[in-house]
Amino acid sequence: MTARPAPPLSRRLSRVLVYLAAILVALYILAPIYLIAVMAFSPRAVVYGYPKPLLPTQISLETISFFINSYGILDSVKNSVLVAVFTLVISLAIGAPAGYALARYIFPGGDIYRILILSTRAFPVVILSIPLITTYISWGLDDSALGVALLHTAMALPTTILVTSSIFVGVSKDLEEAAMTMGCTRAGAFRRVALPLALPGLAASAIFTFMLSWNEVFAAAILTLQNQTLPARLIVQLNQSPIPFRFAGGFFILVPAIVFMLFARRYLFSLWGVKLR
Amino acid sequence: MAEIRIENVRKEFGKVVAVKDVSLVIPDREFIVLLGPSGCGKTTLLRCIAGLEQVDGGRVYFGDRDVTDLPVRQRRISMVFQSYAVFPHMTVFENIAFGLRMQHKPDVEVKRRVQAAAELLHIEELLARYPAQLSGGQRQRVAVARAIAYDADVLLMDEPLSNLDALLRLEMRAELKRLIEELQTTVVYVTHDQVEALSLGDRIAVMKQGEILQVDSPLTVYDRPAAHFVGSFIGNPPMNFLPARVIDGGAGLTVGEARLMLVGEMADAARRVGSQEVWLGIRAENIEPLTGPGPTTLPGRILVVEPLGSHTLLTVRTAEAMIKVNARADAPFRADQPVWLKLSADKVRLLDKTTGRAL
Repeated sequence: MTARPAPPLSRRLSRVLVYLAAILVALYILAPIYLIAVMAFSPRAVVYGYPKPLLPTQISLETISFFINSYGILDSVKNSVLVAVFTLVISLAIGAPAGYALARYIFPGGDIYRILILSTRAFPVVILSIPLITTYISWGLDDSALGVALLHTAMALPTTILVTSSIFVGVSKDLEEAAMTMGCTRAGAFRRVALPLALPGLAASAIFTFMLSWNEVFAAAILTLQNQTLPARLIVQLNQSPIPFRFAGGFFILVPAIVFMLFARRYLFSLWGVKLR
Repeated sequence: MAEIRIENVRKEFGKVVAVKDVSLVIPDREFIVLLGPSGCGKTTLLRCIAGLEQVDGGRVYFGDRDVTDLPVRQRRISMVFQSYAVFPHMTVFENIAFGLRMQHKPDVEVKRRVQAAAELLHIEELLARYPAQLSGGQRQRVAVARAIAYDADVLLMDEPLSNLDALLRLEMRAELKRLIEELQTTVVYVTHDQVEALSLGDRIAVMKQGEILQVDSPLTVYDRPAAHFVGSFIGNPPMNFLPARVIDGGAGLTVGEARLMLVGEMADAARRVGSQEVWLGIRAENIEPLTGPGPTTLPGRILVVEPLGSHTLLTVRTAEAMIKVNARADAPFRADQPVWLKLSADKVRLLDKTTGRAL
């Protein structure tokens, strides 16, 4: 076994540069998150102090509990969860069958359908906001979790459909046909074979939708008055709030996104064609 | 166990006619091989039998049952897929048990029959594993075990060996043959590999462009191809085809300078068509290479000499065509040497020059 010759200097240099760039990008994203987290877990006196410490000096839940116990926060968290769950359920109920159809069948207009799905994202919500609100008021959907969820569903559907279709493309058609030769109906073959195999990917897609709804500000802010979601409430309140409230609020809304990334990154990468181990 | 009767089955994909009004009767317990190049419609025909494709015309019967409009699950078939289609989220045991579970068999029976199927394929030790932990050959065995574990009227196999490496394929081929002789069931087996077809089938149906050209026993298909295509597709090397002319109202044949007296069946055929241009088909092993001219020999020059151990394959250029000839392994032939070819008159096939059909 001969030792592999060392790569030429230029190759090593370019590798170093790539890593350097990656570290910079990571720092750019992680540093603020880190600072927010430090402040969110520091007692109030430290948060008000200046200069603020880079390392946590005292860990305390004072700031976080101040935020959580502020008026309306828990209600809006509840609303956010409700809206996100509605969104997840509706968009999967509509999107997964559409994705399955795109993955399994060749039908006239299939390609145009793909493009049309994406084109729904071509209309900015800002432009749609006034007609949307008048429609919502006349339908009695304004200021309700379901109303926000419906709009979030419309925003999430394109990705849900395209992502689920790529998941189902990954589940070989032969498997379902094999199940059918052994006595399954088409639906039975889907339930017993395709669904269990697609489940991890579908779960990742569901969480993705959940996050999209959880983080969405604009539509939630214009469609609700009393029953605001957390981002909608925060966008209104942050500017007028004491500093500990801002740090705690910022941290609170970040956490689900970070947890999601840790949980779903493998699936997200594989959806986009990159194999991670 | 059932006879399969296919009547004028037609399948189109858009403008492409994949299966052109094919009729075929497969007797109970026969092992039939659908053989043809890729795109000839053999897999489509199999899928029409399985019910995975709706036919655009014609009927399919299993015994007395008209299954044409039955969904797959009610046809009582089992099928082995080219990709194996072993369920990755189930253990080997559950994979093999799948068909039995769908028939709501009691647990005791499921266990017994899974065990029996596993033993037939020598995979008893793998029952607790997941497919991801198996090699390709083992997955192949699971797929076959799964197909034979439950009662089905017919067993359909779609290129089951084509994803195995060469050595494993040879081994599995022999094992499949033994297994299916034991099972006594009607089998339709699709392959593009002519050696597989010759070695496995009771009969071979040779397909081309959606049509069946010939259905016969392996030896008949090999020795007496019904069409130019069959002769050139089956056998290694393929059958030689030479332009020839029937003379004297069918009594004889000329190939270039050489004259050949026809005997038997071919003489009758030649007499029927009278004097005309035909294709003469002959296998490499039915030509004897000589070092000197004889009364009915065809002169040529050796282009390539390929020793193959059991015999030596010669490529000979004659005035009419390039011809593959089998010589004895110890025959002293060298490249670029003149040679005279003696064709065995009783082994030639005559084919129509325009249709390519055997006369």
